[in-house]
Formats: sequence, C-alpha cells, structure tokens
Amino acid sequence: MKSFTYERPGSPAEAAAAVARTPNAKFIAGGTNLLDLMKLQIETPAHLVDVNALGLDTIEPTPEGGLRVGALVRNTDLAADARVRKDYGVLSRALLAGASGQLRNKATTAGNLLQRTRCPYFYDTAQACNKRQPGSGCSALDGISRQLAVIGASEACIATHPGDMAVAMRVLDATVETVDAKGATRKIAIADFHRLPGDTPQIETALKPGELITAVTLPKPLGGTHIYRKVRDRASYAYALVSVAAVVQPDGSGRVAFGGVAPKPWRVEAAETDMARGAKAVTDKVFAGAKPTHENAYKLKLAERTLTAAITEARA
Amino acid sequence: MTGPGDFDLNRRELVAGGSAAAALTSLPRGAHAETTSMDRPTRMKVSLTVNGQRRDLELDTRTSLLDAAREHLHLTGSKKGCDHGQCGACTMIVDGRRINACLTLAVMHQGAEITTIEGLGQPDTLHPMQAAFVKHDGYQCGYCTPGQICSGVAVLAEIKAGIPSHVTADLNAASQVTEAEIRERMSGNICRCGAYSNIVEAITEVAGRPA
Ligand SMILES: Cc1cc2nc3c(=O)[nH]c(=O)nc-3n(C[C@H](O)[C@H](O)[C@H](O)COP(=O)(O)OP(=O)(O)OC[C@H]3O[C@@H](n4cnc5c(N)ncnc54)[C@H](O)[C@@H]3O)c2cc1C
Ligand code: SF4
Ligand code: FES
Ligand code: FES
Repeated sequence: MKSFTYERPGSPAEAAAAVARTPNAKFIAGGTNLLDLMKLQIETPAHLVDVNALGLDTIEPTPEGGLRVGALVRNTDLAADARVRKDYGVLSRALLAGASGQLRNKATTAGNLLQRTRCPYFYDTAQACNKRQPGSGCSALDGISRQLAVIGASEACIATHPGDMAVAMRVLDATVETVDAKGATRKIAIADFHRLPGDTPQIETALKPGELITAVTLPKPLGGTHIYRKVRDRASYAYALVSVAAVVQPDGSGRVAFGGVAPKPWRVEAAETDMARGAKAVTDKVFAGAKPTHENAYKLKLAERTLTAAITEARA
Repeated sequence: MTGPGDFDLNRRELVAGGSAAAALTSLPRGAHAETTSMDRPTRMKVSLTVNGQRRDLELDTRTSLLDAAREHLHLTGSKKGCDHGQCGACTMIVDGRRINACLTLAVMHQGAEITTIEGLGQPDTLHPMQAAFVKHDGYQCGYCTPGQICSGVAVLAEIKAGIPSHVTADLNAASQVTEAEIRERMSGNICRCGAYSNIVEAITEVAGRPA
C-alpha cells in the first residue's frame, strides 16, 4: 500500500473542501472497498478524508412522504430500519443479500453505490485493463467474462456494477444528494448516477472530483409486493450472476431492475408495460440489443427465468 | 508494509506527494506530515480500548486494525486469513459490532471499544461460546476459530436486536435462532477444514436451544 496522510473533518463542507484542495485525495467511509483496492495498489490515494464523523448517519422522513438516508448509514442499519422493512422491502432484501454480516456492519450507503467492479482483470495489475489503466486495453473481451456485462457495455470495457443495493435503489427511483467544495448541493437521479463506459470506462459515475454524497432519498412508498432475487455461485457471500429487483402490484403491473448484467443497474421502463404478460415479454425488451460474450450468454436466459420466479413469488 | 516497491516513485507521484504534504500544513486536525515528499510512512497517534484496557499507539496510517492488534499489541488470537474481507478470520467486535479488522484502519478507530478473542475469555474463564466450541469440536486446525467465535457471539446479539437476514421469511417479524439463520449469518466466516456443522451446533447450544 502507498503511504498516505489522513484527516477526519467534522462537517460535509469541510470534507468536500479537504478533498478538493489536496491532490490525489479520497473520501473513506467503511473502507471495505477502498482499502481492499489500496492493498493491491489499484487505488493509490496520497490523502484520506474520513467521512465517518460528518453526522450523516441518520434516516429521516421527507416532507414528500419518503425517506432520506444519510450517506454514512451502515448497510446493516438501513436493512434493519423498521420503515425500510415495511415500505421498501426490496431495499432491505437487496442489502441482506449482499456481502457478509461483518461487511454490512461497516459498509455505508454512499460507499456501496460507489463500489468498483469485480472484473478479475481489474484486480490483476499484471493484465491490461482500460478501467484501471486507461488505454491499456480490455483483457476481458476474449478472456474470462462469465461474470461480466451482457448489455450497456462497450468495446473498451464490459465490466458490471457488481452491487445489490443500487439495483433496489433503481427500481425505487432514488435520488443521490451531494455537496461540493464550494458548498453547492445537487440532486442526481439514480438512473443518471452510474455511467455507461463508452470509451472512458474509468469514469463510473456522474460525481465530479471532490463531490461528497450526503444522502440518498427514497420517494414515497410504492406499495405492492417487494422482491429481490439474487442468483449466485453459492447460497451466500457471493456476488450476483443475475439479480432481479421487482415491485409487483396486485393487478400484475409493476417495475423491475436487473443486477449483474450491465455497468449499472439495468432498468427499461418501457418494458414494464408488459409485466402482466409475463417475464419473457419483459426481458425481450429489456435485453434488446444485448451483446453477450460466448461465456456469459447464459445470463439472458437466467434473467428471464429469475424474473419468472419473482413474478410467481409475487402472485403466491 | 514498507516493501521495496514503496520507494519506487515515479515523477507524477513525487509531485503529488509533495503538494499533498504542503497542503497538510494547513489542516485543522488529523495527520501531521512529518515527511516531505517521499512515500515514507506517515505516523499518527491513536488510542483504543482493547479488551477493557486503554492502549495508546503511534502507528503508520496504513496499519489495519488487525495488524495493530497482532503486530503492535501482540494480541495474535485474531488471524489474518486473506487480508481482503473474504474469510472472516480477523473478525473482532468493535463498538458492539463484528467487523473484518483487516479492512479497516486503526487510525479510524480513535476511542473505540474493541473486543478480540482474548477479551471474550481466557483458558480458565472461557466465554460460553468458547466452551461450546470446545465441547462440540467446532474446529480442526483452529485457524478460523477466533473469528468464528467472535462472529458467533455477535450473531446471537444481532438476532436478539431484531436485525433480519437474507433467510428471514417475514421482514416485519422477529427472526428466530434456527439452523438456517445461523448458517446464513455465519457465511462471512470461512472454514477450510469444514467444521461447519459442529460450529452450528456450538452456536445453537449457546443460543439456548437444543442442538
Ligand atoms: C468479500 C466481499 C464481498 C462482497 N460482496 C458483496 C455483495 O455480494 N454485494 C454487494 O453489493 N457488495 C458486496 N461487497 C461490496 C461492499 O458492499 C462494499 O465494499 C461496500 O458497500 C463499500 O462501502 P464502504 O462504506 O466500505 O466504502 P469505502 O470503501 O469506504 O468507499 C468506496 C468508495 O466510495 C467513496 N466514498 C465513500 N463515501 C463517500 C461519500 N459520502 N461521498 C463520495 N464518495 C464516497 C470512496 O472514496 C471510495 O472510492 C463485498 C465486499 C467484499 C470485500
Ligand atoms: S472489462 Fe473493464 S474492468 Fe474488466 S478488464 Fe476490461 S476494461 Fe478492465
Ligand atoms: S483476514 Fe480479514 S476477512 Fe480474511
Ligand atoms: S478449523 Fe481449520 S479453517 Fe476452520
């Protein structure tokens, strides 16, 4: 690990300013992704700004009838919150399907959204990877791509956003709130938060350098049956091959987002009008234009079957 | 942690490191930049309460909580299996919650209350979970065991506190101490020897239900 200096400011504005004024500085929250990558020298910050003392760890009701989730709320606490369990079950379920009890106790709402890909070549510093080292090439294109994206990717990068929480946030239409070094705040719809790779796969989100996430807001509850179904190589403590976050209403209409298939949580609203007609009608539209590799074409069938299972579960 | 590679600086890092140190002179709180431009360790003071005792340390900022315990406090019960959050051998209870001590920095825990396996119980004063692991043979080589035991203690506390899990059928009801719940909640602790069924028996016994 490269050596770094460290500070722990007491307010969001100070934290944003600290990252802005220090070259090669990064925020650190739970540290469960950043430190992992620092040990491998995939991330090499010279200065860490610890955001754990910013007071951003509460969940408050919003005037619109939703919830405002502080950026530092731990995954365990968000999943266990009585309001989230009752009104946003898909979010509780997605969180509980991710990582392990120990990791969820540390992992934060903002850090989870910003977790980086698990592409094996991104982790192997001896391999070409455009995301880790722009311009070096993509080893995954004709390498081991079983876990990687089938849609939304590019010739430069076929990595997925590996997380679960963001898939639920996408189906709920959450909003990411930020503050920058000048104190300016903005709101980013979750749909626009994660970027597609294009020819700059190293740029993964709409955040500007030094911009601090302060909260994620959830709109008022949708009702319906909430389901998060995750298919993985073992029953627990593994990333999704495919996951489905769905909110299904009693009349069969609903919303659905897919995880494990794209560089961002994948949702095509126009396909949701077909929800009542069953899974295939939906996935035909959601995955129109998909470009799987020979190793991950199975994900298309798996996505359809996982949605079938989710719809069946909702009707039961 | 200071391998030879740490001193191989390219120009870009040298420049970045230099200005990072310069910017630090104006910081209100936090690290003191004792070096100028090289990739030399930055040291910081941190006070932890470990197993009930206050410990004052001065550490390289890179020191994980796990290395602080093992290498600096000589509490070698917590194990380093993977150093990447993947095995659970380093599990400690920090401010009442189990975490992977390998994926957190010691300097991030100023003032924290830390319990390691040594603090749960000693050979003549075993914690009930330690005693149950002995009784049920919840190990073979024993490498994962300190992490398993710390995790097991925390799992029962989590169920009691009403924290749901992936296998909790009804999110709006309290979860029960079932074998499925224990197995799911313990999935962050890997055992290469495969002592899992005995581990589940030990935890079940401590939970107060017949195994
Ligand atoms: C073994 C293992 C298994 C895992 N399995 C899963 C899984 O199955 N599903 C899943 O979804 N996840 C999984 N994870 C990933 C885990 O969820 C993430 O590591 C975690 O959510 C990251 O949160 P953090 O607070 O620790 O982030 P950190 O590591 O602290 O930060 C991550 C990034 O976010 C930035 N950041 C943090 N806070 C802010 C902020 N407020 N504003 C701006 N930037 C910020 C940091 O600078 C850094 O770049 C796994 C991790 C491990 C190690
Ligand atoms: S898929 Fe993306 S992350 Fe993986 S090797 Fe290619 S460029 Fe790197
Ligand atoms: S050593 Fe920490 S999880 Fe493996
Ligand atoms: S007892 Fe050997 S790894 Fe668990």
